[in-house]
Amino acid sequence: MRLDVLNHGYRPATKLLFALIRLVSGHPVPDAAKLVFYRPDFYGNAAKEFTHEAMRGESAWSVGDRELMAAYVSKVNGTAFCIGAHTATAGQAYQDKPKVSAVLADLESAPIAEPLRVTLRMLGKLTREGKVGVEDMREVLAAGVSPQQVQDALAVCAAFNTTDRLADAFGFELLSSEGFEAGAKYLLKRGYR
Amino acid sequence: MLDEDKKRAAHRALVDRVLHGEGRASAEQRARAFSNDGLAPPLDALIDKVADRPAQVTDADLAAAKASGCTEDQIFELVICAAVGQATRLYEAGLAALAEATATGEAQ
Repeated sequence: MRLDVLNHGYRPATKLLFALIRLVSGHPVPDAAKLVFYRPDFYGNAAKEFTHEAMRGESAWSVGDRELMAAYVSKVNGTAFCIGAHTATAGQAYQDKPKVSAVLADLESAPIAEPLRVTLRMLGKLTREGKVGVEDMREVLAAGVSPQQVQDALAVCAAFNTTDRLADAFGFELLSSEGFEAGAKYLLKRGYR
Repeated sequence: MLDEDKKRAAHRALVDRVLHGEGRASAEQRARAFSNDGLAPPLDALIDKVADRPAQVTDADLAAAKASGCTEDQIFELVICAAVGQATRLYEAGLAALAEATATGEAQ
């Protein structure tokens, strides 16, 4: 990563934990995970809590749907690390990698339900343009998405617009596809806390 | 229906922490990074990229911030504030549009 403190500035106990994770999983600790261990009282603890609530808290959206939203928002932002991580996680959650690939390749022709499609379209516009109008929201609601589901999707969008920026600014190193799959397995088992 | 839910409460806690909790950068600097407004060069260029085009951040942007006297811990905090700030504006814009759409719907 671009700051030396994010590569080397961890406490001895944290460094030991990173070494153990590497030993047990066979993969280096992803930079996204390292970041939340650096001075966790400043960012990591509160960020994990919010991201976990958005991604795994109560919602009418499935975990797969929310991981797909994370991948889609990251695609709009062009953040390679997060696209890789959440494409893998959505694919495993759905047990359907082609569906995830189809959404990221072309949202409009992808084989997904209309409420999810219009929600992704709205999140994409918000992320790309920085704003959405009342008409955009009416379109989402008219497709049968509840106001609470819209709020839940906006929370995912906020979490990943934060993480995407940090991934790009701090320069998260890309993982191998095996590394992303291992990370996805962990995120589905343990979540973000 | 648009009451503050657990997700929004957790988000608010994150925002409060990075802006108002203890930090190595001043609360004033963190607030400026969060709102992407009012920072002096060269920090303003780095923070503006984090907020609006993060893929364009380069090693040189961080080197310039360090050369201007910022420590890595201060840069860590200000970059986080910029990212959280931009994401917060998106979140609030979405929630405002939703509130408007549901309020109009109820009135009809």
